[in-house]
Amino acid sequence: MLRGVEKTFSSRQGADYVAVRGFYLELARGEFFCLLGTSGCGKTTILNMIAGFEKPTAGVMELEGKPIAGPGRDRSVVFQGDDSLYDWLTALENVEFGLRMRGVPKTTRREQAHHYLDLVGLTGQEAKHPSELSGGMKQRIQIARVLANEPKMLLMDEPFAALDAQTRAVMQEELRKIWQATGTSVLFITHDIDEAISLATRLGVMYAGPASRLKEVVDVELEGARNRTDDRFLGYYRRVYGMIREEVEVARRRERPDGPR
Amino acid sequence: MRRLREYGSYAIGFASLFLLWHVAAVYLVQSALFPPPGSVIARAVALFRDGTLVANVAISLQRILTGFVCGSLLGIPIGLAMGSFAPIRRILDPYTEFLRFIPAVAMITVAVIWFGIGETSKLFLIIYATVFVVVLNTAAGVASIARNKIRAAQALGATRFQIFCHVALPATVPYILTGMRLAMTNSFVTIVAAELVRI
Repeated sequence: MLRGVEKTFSSRQGADYVAVRGFYLELARGEFFCLLGTSGCGKTTILNMIAGFEKPTAGVMELEGKPIAGPGRDRSVVFQGDDSLYDWLTALENVEFGLRMRGVPKTTRREQAHHYLDLVGLTGQEAKHPSELSGGMKQRIQIARVLANEPKMLLMDEPFAALDAQTRAVMQEELRKIWQATGTSVLFITHDIDEAISLATRLGVMYAGPASRLKEVVDVELEGARNRTDDRFLGYYRRVYGMIREEVEVARRRERPDGPR
Repeated sequence: MRRLREYGSYAIGFASLFLLWHVAAVYLVQSALFPPPGSVIARAVALFRDGTLVANVAISLQRILTGFVCGSLLGIPIGLAMGSFAPIRRILDPYTEFLRFIPAVAMITVAVIWFGIGETSKLFLIIYATVFVVVLNTAAGVASIARNKIRAAQALGATRFQIFCHVALPATVPYILTGMRLAMTNSFVTIVAAELVRI
């Protein structure tokens, strides 16, 4: 739960930059929430604060009633790039990293790691190093690595943004299956409307920065597997597209005040 | 076939070197102070046969190895500390930034004044030639670890000490090895100079 969260970055030039102001959000257990916004609107800042990497300048952040004080294994993060993987470890060793840090005995954590590698569809790739795997497979390792830690909340920062369109579609479908199988709460950040509607049970659109906050929250009530050509899917798309477009316009005008309207 | 071409080019390179040397020594300079490659090799073989060459090379290598190992053992922890903790870096920066521009060869006289003529001076010089390169490369390695690697470990529940041992250290190893390789070159240059002036 986030209440009135604000984040100000102070720059070296002396001018403070307010990235987020008055951000309110309450997430239910087990829901899949997509946070949508134009680039630079502060969505990653929100995620970094929930993860505990950055401290809010003002406001309250709580997880199940307890204030968020710093990074912790109840909130796992899947990053956009592959630079968070440990390239000196194999896929299996990457996945069992969290368990190893916690001192889980070798046989137990091996078993667990195998289970989650199977779940993300990496059976048979256990002994390979990240550098030997494709972009999609590397993101699968990241997902397996956080799932093995059994977090209360999964924080995903545009995890599929660097993948090609086909791989991305496959990964989205599988992520939804994994989410259904594990029942973890997910906060997923993206700028891709299609991706948000394909995945979310609820999605929030942010205002263009600076001093951004939530503009509108939409419940995505689509049962079963999401179909992009479905009329109701397209209905949601049109609605969210309208909200985003206004913000893109605002952001563009802020960047180029004298540009064409 | 590609192998053959590769080795062929190397052979041409070496052959031309010796040929030019020979031509210069025999036909152009014609001085006792510039012997042709043939006599140099013959002398080397003679020295090798009576054991002088092997014994001397062994002593030099032993000096290099001792100094290099000591310098690395000193440089790695200092570099890790400098890379991990900004205050330590700020405290030690003046030392590394000041001393790394003074080549070990220039320290020969100083070494003799401080430690006299003998093994201690040579050991000091090799350590000196090793330590700064290793420190700087190690510190640069720690500083260049992707932030997400550290953050991922934090979010997976690793403690600060665990992050150091299981993330920072392995991620820095390639940089440490690069530093040590450069230090090895420095050590060779330094020992040759030191032994030339017979300290």
